[in-house]
Amino acid sequence: MPETIDKVLHLILEKHQEQLLEKWVASQLHSGEFRSDLVREDELREQCASFVALFVKCFSQKPDTDVTDDVWAPMAALLTDIAKRRTNQGFTPSETATFVFSLKRPLFHLIKEQSQTDAQVTERLWEISLVLDKLGLFTTEVYLATREDVIARQREEMFELSCPVVQLWEGVLGLPIIGTLDSKRTQVVMESLLESLSSTQSDIAIIDITGVPVVDTLTAQHLIRTVSAAQLMGARCIISGIRPQIAQTMVHLGVSLGDVVTKSTMAAAIKYAFEFQGLEVNAKDNKYIGR
Amino acid sequence: MDRIPILHVGALLLVTIQVDMHDQLATNLQEDLTLRVSETHAKGVLIDISALDIVDSYIARVVGNIAQMSRILDAHTVLVGMRPPVAMTLVEMGVSLDGVSTALNVDKGILLLNKKIDD
Repeated sequence: MPETIDKVLHLILEKHQEQLLEKWVASQLHSGEFRSDLVREDELREQCASFVALFVKCFSQKPDTDVTDDVWAPMAALLTDIAKRRTNQGFTPSETATFVFSLKRPLFHLIKEQSQTDAQVTERLWEISLVLDKLGLFTTEVYLATREDVIARQREEMFELSCPVVQLWEGVLGLPIIGTLDSKRTQVVMESLLESLSSTQSDIAIIDITGVPVVDTLTAQHLIRTVSAAQLMGARCIISGIRPQIAQTMVHLGVSLGDVVTKSTMAAAIKYAFEFQGLEVNAKDNKYIGR
Repeated sequence: MDRIPILHVGALLLVTIQVDMHDQLATNLQEDLTLRVSETHAKGVLIDISALDIVDSYIARVVGNIAQMSRILDAHTVLVGMRPPVAMTLVEMGVSLDGVSTALNVDKGILLLNKKIDD
């Protein structure tokens, strides 16, 4: 149940809006925490002005402490905008929250001046403090959400970047895998490989695992699954780039790749693919040899 | 429709599955194909499933059976045109289709069959 703030409070706010804004800006500029390296004075003033204006407006429309109400939606939008801008400017989340909290001091002064009894002061301070705290915390939430967006986007980009399928030759696809192969990655790798096999009608796919740091039982299982899926479609898979250390660990762990064709390097795999297709690579003319 | 047409081309039998397979249809196909293989003395069977979105484990097993039965009747079987999602689902289900050769399309399938017949 939101607490209803006494009716005089928003009148006080409306009446002294200008004065409040001036004091707030001044207190921020002289607080010693003002980051003149990150934000210009006029930008700060503009943000403060729109914040105070909206704050007073929302307050007069719905004088209680429930900031989740629709009336406060423009305020949420403004704070989102400010928080995002400040995040990009390099402010920490606490600095952004402090921006909102710093309104308390001039606001409390104002309330103290305009209230008659101590009881009134306490009551009004408590209510206004509740609202400001909620708004300040909101900026932190926005900050976190922005960060999470960035992380999600980066993860997606990483997935796309990490499994390119390249056509090495007519009918030969190459798939260099870099990084650990977990089940989610395998799914993406498998999907892109099978789609490319189907669209290019290639007979052979070379999966290069030079960039895979560790091959354990699970990774091997994922690889075998990818290979069997390609085989079901009628393509042949070669796994290349197994480093000596990895071969050793695989044998020690008892990991088996089944009857999958393996080659030590991509070059060897390409050679095998050519042989499989009945192709032969020859030097064009002797005089070019050794150049 | 409860029968899938089987085309006799040269030494090969060609089956193109255009409709969703249900179990009865698969069983009928298995019976018809073995019959036609022995009648025509075909050396190869080519099954094209490029139009199929769904292949369940039963149908996969029937295809495996067809391959084994044809082999007994001296014919090779090649399964062609499996779509990527189908291949992924079959692998997830652990179906391996042992003994069935696969090819990407009908063209490559016929090449593979001729090669097998020659060997």
